[in-house]
Order: sequence, then structure tokens, then C-alpha cells
Amino acid sequence: MSLDASADAAPSLKRSLQIVWVGVRREPRWFAFAVAGSALYGVMTVLTAWAIGKVTREQVQPAVAAGHATAAQLWTIFGWIAGVVVINVVGVVIRRIAAGYTMYNVAAGFRREVTRQYLRLPLAWHHRHPSGQLLSNANADVEATWNVFAPLPMAIGVIIMLVAGIVQMVLVDPVMAIIGLTVFPLLFLANMVFQRAMSPRVSRAQQLRAEVSEVAHESFEAALIVKSMGREQQESDRFEEVTRRLQAANVEVGRTRGTFDPVIESIPTLGTLAVLAVGAHQVANGALTPAAVVQVAYLISVLAFPVRALGWVLGELPRTVVGWDRVDAVLKARGELAFGSEELEPRGASHARLDRVDYSYDIVDEHGEESTFQAIHGVSLEVEAGSTVALVGPTGSGKTTLTNLTLRLVDPHHGRVTLDGLDLREVARGGVSAVAALVPQQTFMFDDTVSGNVTLGGYYTDEEVWQALEVAQATGFVTDLPLGIETRVGERGTSLSGGQRQRIALARAVIRGPRLLVLDDATSAVDPAVEQAILAGLRKTSAGTSVLVVAYRMSTITLADQIVYVEGGRVVDHGTHQELEQRCVGYQRLVTAYAREAAERAAVAADEEVDA
Amino acid sequence: MSTSIDATSSLGTVATLKRGLDLSPELRRGLGVTLGLAAVTTVGRIVVPFVVQQTTDHGLLGKDGPDPGLVTRYVLFALIAVAITAASAYAVNVRLFRSSEAGLASLRLKAFRHIHDLSMLTQNTERRGSMVSRVTSDVDTISQFVQFGGIILVLSLGQIAVATGLMLFYSPLLTGVVWLCFVPLLFVIRRFQAIVGRAYTIVRERVGDLLAAVSESVVGAATIRAYGVEERTATRIDAAIEAHRAASIRAQVRSVVAFSSGQLVAGLTLAVVLVVGTIQASGGHLTLGKLLAFLFLVNLFTQPVQQATEILNELQNAVAGWRRVIGVIDTPADVADPGDDGQTLPRGPITVDFDAVSFAYPGGDTVLHDVNLSIAPRSRVAIVGETGSGKSTLAKLLTRLMDPTEGTVHIDGVDLRHVRFSSLRERVVLVPQEGFLFDATLRENVRFGRPDATDEDVRLAITELGLDAWLAGLPQGLATEVGQRGESLSAGERQLVALARAYLADPDLLVLDEATSAVDPSTEVRLQRALEGLTRGRTSIAIAHRLSTAEAADEVVVVDRGRIVERGPHRDLVRQDGVYAALHASWAAQQRG
Repeated sequence: MSLDASADAAPSLKRSLQIVWVGVRREPRWFAFAVAGSALYGVMTVLTAWAIGKVTREQVQPAVAAGHATAAQLWTIFGWIAGVVVINVVGVVIRRIAAGYTMYNVAAGFRREVTRQYLRLPLAWHHRHPSGQLLSNANADVEATWNVFAPLPMAIGVIIMLVAGIVQMVLVDPVMAIIGLTVFPLLFLANMVFQRAMSPRVSRAQQLRAEVSEVAHESFEAALIVKSMGREQQESDRFEEVTRRLQAANVEVGRTRGTFDPVIESIPTLGTLAVLAVGAHQVANGALTPAAVVQVAYLISVLAFPVRALGWVLGELPRTVVGWDRVDAVLKARGELAFGSEELEPRGASHARLDRVDYSYDIVDEHGEESTFQAIHGVSLEVEAGSTVALVGPTGSGKTTLTNLTLRLVDPHHGRVTLDGLDLREVARGGVSAVAALVPQQTFMFDDTVSGNVTLGGYYTDEEVWQALEVAQATGFVTDLPLGIETRVGERGTSLSGGQRQRIALARAVIRGPRLLVLDDATSAVDPAVEQAILAGLRKTSAGTSVLVVAYRMSTITLADQIVYVEGGRVVDHGTHQELEQRCVGYQRLVTAYAREAAERAAVAADEEVDA
Repeated sequence: MSTSIDATSSLGTVATLKRGLDLSPELRRGLGVTLGLAAVTTVGRIVVPFVVQQTTDHGLLGKDGPDPGLVTRYVLFALIAVAITAASAYAVNVRLFRSSEAGLASLRLKAFRHIHDLSMLTQNTERRGSMVSRVTSDVDTISQFVQFGGIILVLSLGQIAVATGLMLFYSPLLTGVVWLCFVPLLFVIRRFQAIVGRAYTIVRERVGDLLAAVSESVVGAATIRAYGVEERTATRIDAAIEAHRAASIRAQVRSVVAFSSGQLVAGLTLAVVLVVGTIQASGGHLTLGKLLAFLFLVNLFTQPVQQATEILNELQNAVAGWRRVIGVIDTPADVADPGDDGQTLPRGPITVDFDAVSFAYPGGDTVLHDVNLSIAPRSRVAIVGETGSGKSTLAKLLTRLMDPTEGTVHIDGVDLRHVRFSSLRERVVLVPQEGFLFDATLRENVRFGRPDATDEDVRLAITELGLDAWLAGLPQGLATEVGQRGESLSAGERQLVALARAYLADPDLLVLDEATSAVDPSTEVRLQRALEGLTRGRTSIAIAHRLSTAEAADEVVVVDRGRIVERGPHRDLVRQDGVYAALHASWAAQQRG
């Protein structure tokens, strides 16, 4: 095994400390407070022993010798001890509270950064990463990284005790001190072995923790399907499988830690015993006084505590490294869309154009092999200012991908997408969404009020919200809601039906008065009469709007100035409805499907009636 | 009628612990041996410093001068004691990890299963991210305590007892003083416990909120980008992060105050003992040596008391987590499986009867009024009506996702509430409009309908539904990964997969609730024909806006404002001057454009 590989398997102490330093730099003040509190505690702990010695010599012994204790003597005794104790406790309080601030502030900061990244990264990245894992990164992994701040200030603070103790030992007797200090290399050796054994185990446990979260999140999102198909047991089995693996991994972590803890705890005692054994012979040889040996032995046992505090930190470090690696992977993820600096006109119908556009999806097969699948082949498409273009094609022909390209939810691999002649990649951040609005096939509702779901935080009056709901034919049911537009719709809008959600999503687009409105089969869950009313309303209000609409219904299609017929990610034909009806077989088959079906059924029914 | 998930159970600390132990019996298993070993460790931890002290007292500072032989013997004895202590500590650790991880795993599993057993309406009262926290981080919180705290708490009590015994040997009076000093602490801690406990309960709730907020930003990624509302979403997440941070710090400050009170009392006890001891010693009731030895014992006593105070705080954190998990487990499943008391219905053609059924959502208006409806076996029924007329409610009652507020739904003459879920789900399958897909291959998603299906079965189902051409156009056919929530497919394609999944499950009654709303017309017509051929012999109920479905059905049921207003075959209804005729006219107009 090469040196690098072994360094990989066991992150060095240096690397752990670098990560800790990242955190310290975030909250230097609180951290300094915590260390100061800890130092105060360290000094006071040393002073407690000293104070007991002092009052014993100066007050207790004389009182016992005199056979009588004065009130002054007793108050002095109490005063010294209580004073030292109170200051000591103050140190502890400062340390713990400041450590809490450090830990939670740093963690909150990283949670903000991680979630910002989620908002920044492209959809393709989201499709590759399970939601449950992202939840785990933002919660459990951040926590695992910064938990080290709970024991760290203590460990640093007690270094003062450690140094004071070592100096005293050396002063007493250098030879004995050396024997005593062999404790430290032993500790470091133990720690190295521990880190090496611990890292892969912690890493595995943390990964499985994310998997448990993934399965739970997916399964709960799928709750309705699980229930309606009676697959509760199957889902429980799937959850049990990953839970049991996490259980085994946690036991492995525990076993490693459970080995390390008693070892660390024993080492200082072993040092004490070594000093006593060697010291006794030295004393017998006349090389040392018994008092010196006792003092060194005592000092080592005093040092056992700070050493244990160091042990807590060392025990926490593998988790820090693993947590950090998982958080850092999100923070370092790239692939966010680059933005230009151009601004689009704020008003007037816009002119959208796709120019020989290719688009491929990255796909991963069952075995994790990556490849690409070209979904869009050299598509050119134009929505002239103020016009309505219908995009028609069979299921899975790439219509939704084309709408996503038009709004720059994704970038093409070849070709250009422009608005008013401006390449979308040159438009400033937020520029496209400011002028164009999409109503997707499957709507997403925020856990907010109806009004909040329409405005999405934009500044609109209630009147404007009602107007938009009116266009979307939603006033009827919204009025019936207990609190009208102030009614909360629940997470993902669970309190609403599919058709109601679609209409709120439509109002969300309409209220923005977009220059380009993209409707991706946005009324599929709405009944025919309502759809008619919506289309009529849109026609009235969309004077300054260009419309790209994915549609199957003739009533929608015939509103369009142009129809583009796509199949298999290619434009097969485009033109007016009349033109396509005459020359494009695929189009014809698609749009007349219901009519043909109805005619056929009518014919069969007529035959039956004749027969009867 | 429907219950919401308790944010947290209202059990007290002791009751919570008891219930927690009942839910995870593994925690108790082998506890006797573990405690025995832990006692050995505790004794070792007292014996070792004691031997060290004896070594210095007798071996080095003895009256007859240093005795290297004695020192060597004592040191060897101490070494053995250290080895036994370390070995038993190791054994305790491993045993605790084993039993606690086993116990917590079964707690996770129970909570997970129960969340799925809750009724749909109950599930909808809580955000998914928050549910996730109940089977992840809330359980993790418990593990911290169970693995270290619980045992240390027990050991501390043991050490307190041992130290008290030793102290009594030296001076009963001073022992009384020590105990007197600590009695007030007991009362203070009791009060603090409640305060700290509440603070940690709030922390657990904030974690749930945090996960829900993050979950929204992840699941709603596309909408957030399309509307450029990243900033607003970030503000909402930040608020959740900040609420969690503030709650954590509040809990930390409270627990620090509680903990420090223990430490303060310990220190002050030392001062009081020294004062009273001095009076005693100067009065000749105690030697100076004994007083100093007693001080050493006081440390052995106060150290576990402090530790116990700290662990009691940790306990509150664990109890807060436990309460949230118990809160969900103790939420009654109001649409419950009758289980063994229920009936198993034989497979075959199915009849459905709605008998004076009314339904109102909890706290809402009645959405179905006194519905009476019989559906004959082998018939194909289309339910039509305007949005919000109550069509989907009928479907949900029929599949027992909800129970009626009044009246009964029967299949094959049996009250749905008396049919075992295993039988009901086998015979009746609902395909909702937005059929959730799992992040797996297309094959696995279809097989969700029937886990024992072979590749051949899956392929056959797709062929029978007339979807071969569509499948051939996918990058990797059945092996195509559909992505998170199936988002690598279009909405129409997801519906095709959901349909194939239900079809493979082979139910006797198929309930399609707008199941093909996003599919293109020619595919839909093809599907309809395929289902017609295949549904002969079984019953099917379709809810659809596209009235081509109604045209093809044996019978059309028209729902309007929660009542059935018309029913009959398409060709009869369309000739009447009623609701259906109007609906159909606007549908036909749409088709002509």
C-alpha cells in the first residue's frame, strides 16, 4: 500500500484540525470565549487542590493542634474553597454556553450554505441526488461535522493544566518525568490506530444514515401509492433492510469506540504505576526521595482528566472528517448555470426562438454506467411576438424538454435559444424568469396560503390575486375555502384536488403578466367547460404576451397561429392546423383520435340498435 | 373523524421511558449481565485509585521507609485491576451498543410501519420532511442517551452508594452533612428537568420544520427555478434554520444552568465538609488523617452526582426525541385494517354498493350527500362531473383511503370496513392522477404492482396495454432509470408506468382517477381499447374529464355538487337535456376546435 492510499484510508490529524479551523474562523469570538472559560476552569481546578492544601496547612492543622477552631478560621476555610469553586463554575458556564453558540452558529451557517447550493445547482444535479440524501446532508452531516465543538474548548482549555503539570513534573525530577511522559506517545499511538480503524466505519454509518433518510423520504412521498396498492409490508421490508445495515454499522462504530475508550482511560494509570514501580527502586537506591515519587505519581493522575478531554475530541474527529466530506461535496458541486449580464425588455410580447437545438440527458443504467440519451435533435422553433404556438406530439416526444429549454431550465448542448434575439446564456440571473412564466404539467404547491402560492412573495395586491384567480377560473373554489385566499393549502397542496392545484399554478403565471407564457398541458386536470373559460380569459388578458402551449385538445390547438408537430425529439412538420391536417399523418392521427373513436363507437352502436 | 399526528406525546418523563422500553424490548435484553459487568467496572474505577493511594501510603511513605517489594506487589495487583476494569468496560460498551442499536432499529421500524398504516387524511396532516425526522434524527437523539447516559446513570447511583458506605465508615456525621448538602439539589433538579425537557421538545420540533423546509426546496426545485423565487425560498429555509439554532441554544443554556448547579453544590459541599470536619477534628472527634481521607471520598461521591445531573439533561433530550416517535406510534390509525377479524373475499367479478353514503372532510363541508349507487360485476362505469363535484371522493371511499361519515360502502355485499386490507388491496386498485414513481428502473416500478412478477410478465403487461412502441423509444427499455419521483420521464409517461403497474397487479376492480389525463389522445384511445378487452370479466370505474372514456363505458354516472344526478349509458344521457348533455357538448366542441 502506498503512503497516499494509507493517508486516504485514515485522514490525518492535520486534516481534521484543518476542518476544525474552518469552523473556528467562522465564530472566532465565541470560540475564544469558550476557550477562555475553559482556561479559567483549568486554572481553578489546579487552584482547588492548592487551596485545600493551603487551608489545611494554615487553618485546619493549627486548629486541630490548638484543639479549638475559631469562627475566623472557619470562615477563612469556607471562603477560600467556596471562592475557588464559584469561579470554577463560572468558567464552566462560560465555556459551555460559548461552546454551544460556536457549535450551533457554525452549523446554522453551513446549513444556509448547503441549502443555498440546493437552490443554485441545476435540475440535472437534483435528479441525480435523492431528496433524502440532501436532507441528510443539510441536517445529520452538518451536525456530525461540528459536534466536535462541544468537547473542543474543554480540551484546549485543559492544555493549560497539562502544561502546568508537565512543568511541575520536570521540576521535581527529570528522569521520573520522562517515565511519566511516555504516556503521551502511547496516547498518540492509540489514537492513530483508533482513527485508522474508525474512519471507514464512521463513513459507512453516515452513508447509511443518509440511505435510511432516503428510503423514508421516498416512501412517505409515495404514501398514497403504497396504501392504495397495499404495499405497506413491502415498503417496511425495504426500510428494514437499510435500517438493519445501519444498525450493524453503528454497532461496528460502537465496538471500535468501545475498545478505544477503556484503553485511553487506562494509559494514565499505567503511567502512574510505572512511576511508582521504578520510583520505589530509585528510592531504595537512594537516588530519589519518596516525596518526589509521590508528587510525580500524583501529577500524572491529575493529568488523566485533561488527557481524557483530549480523548473525547480525538474520538469525535473521524465523524468530523466524514461529515465534512459529505457536506463539502455539496458545497463544491459545480454545474450551476452561468449567467450573463444582459437585461431583457420588461414589456411587450417577446419573440422566442430555438435554433437547431440538440439536447441529451445524462442517464445512468442499473449497473451505474453513465451514458447520454439524445432527446432533442436539431429542433428549430419560433414563437413570434404576440403569437400563439401549439406544440403537439405523442407522449414522450420531447415537448416538456422543449419548454424547459425555452425557459432555460436547461441549456442545449448544441444550438441556441433566444428571446428577442438575445441568447439566454447572456441574460442576467433572474432575467428569464422575470419575463417568462411556465405552468408545468405537474404543479408544485408550497406549504403556504393560496395567496402566497400565487404571488410567490412578489408585491401584488389582493385585488390582483383575485383577478389572476378569475382568469384561471379559480375564484369559485377559493371563495369557498375557509379563509379565502388566506387559506393554507398544506404541504404540496394536499388539501386541494389536482384540477384546483393546476388553476392556482395558472394564476401564479398570469399574475406576472409574462411576456412569454409557456403552458405545458397545464389544464389536463381541468374539465372542458372550465378550460374553455380559462382560454377565453387568457385571450382577453394576454395582449402583450406570446404563448407556447403544449396541447392535445382541438379547442386549444385551433387558438394557435402556428402548430409545431414533434415526434421522437424532432420537428416533423409545422404550419397552421389546416395545413397539418392535410399533409401530416401523425398529427392527423393524434388530434382526431377522439373523434374517430367516437364515430366508430357511434357506428357500432347504430348497428346494435338496428340489430335489436 | 380523522386524527392528526401528535406533534409530540404528552407522556411524562417516567411514562415516556416506560413506553420507550416497551417499544424496544431489546433494550432490556441481557441488561442484568450488562449491569453486572458495569458494576465490576465501577468497582475497578474506585479500587484502582485506592490501590495507588495505598501504594504511596504504605510502600513509599510507610513508617519503616520505602519498601520496593511491597510496591511491586501492589503495582502488579493494580495492573490486574486495570486490565479487568478495561476488559469489563469494553464488554459493557459492546453489549450496550448491540442492545441499544437493536432496540432503536425496531423502534424505527415500528414508527415507519405505523406512518404507513395511518389513514391518508392523517398522513396529510404532517409534512413529509417532519415525518422523516421521526424515523431518523429523533431516533438518533435517543441513541446518544441509551448508549452512554443510561448506563452511566445507573453506575453513578452504584458509585454513590459505595462512596456513601465508605464515608459512613470514616464519619457518619460528615456523611450526613454531605447528604444534607445534596438534598436541596434534588428539588432544584426536578424543577430544571421540566424546563430543560420543554426546551429540548421544541428543538425536536424545529428539526422537523427544518427538514420540511429543505424538502420543499428540493422537491420543488423546478418550480422554484421557473419562477426565479430562489431568494424567497432561501428566506423561508433561513427562518427554519434560525428557529432551530435559537431553540438549540436556548436548550443548551438551560441545561448548562442545571448542570452547573450540580457542580456548584459539589464544590460547596467540599467547603462545608472541611468546615464541619475542622470543628470535629479540633474537638478531637476525628483525626486529621481521617478528615483528609474523607475529603478524598467526598470526591468519589460528588463526581457521580455531577455526572448524573448532566445525564439527566441528556435524558431530557432523549425523552424529547422519544416523545416524538411515540407521538406518531400512538396516533390511532382511524382507517384500520380489521386484520384477522376481517373477511377475505374470494377473487372474481366484483359488485360495489354505496348505501346512503355521505362524506365530509374533517372540519369541512359535506362533499357527498346520501349517495346510493350499485355497480354490477363486469361493468365499466365512467364517473363524470365538474371539478370539485365529489368524483375523486367516491374513488377514495371505494378504495377505503377514507371511510364515509355516514352510510356504508359494500363490495360483494360486505361492508368495506370488514374486509381485510390484504384482500381489499388485492382486489381493488386505484390509479391516481399523479402516480408516484420510485427512483428505480422502469421494470422495478411496474413490478411494484406484483413483486413476484418476472421480466416476461412485465413485458407482457406493457404489450397488452399497447405500449410497445413507447417502450422501444426509451433509452434503455425496461432498464431505464426513471429518476427521483420518476422525474426523468414526462408526466404522461409516468402515468403510463403507473397504469402498467396497476394492470400487472391484476385486480378485480380497477379504479382510474384521471389516470390518463396527461397522455396523448391516440395513446389514450389505444389504452382504452386495450383495457376494454382486458377488463371484460372485471369491473372498472374511471373518473375522467375526457369524455371519450364515458362514451366507451357501459354506464355513465354523473356527479354534481356531491350528488348523483344522472346515470345511464352514454347514448341515452346524451339525448337528455341534462348535466351530461351539457358536459358532452362542451367536450365535443373542444374536439372540433
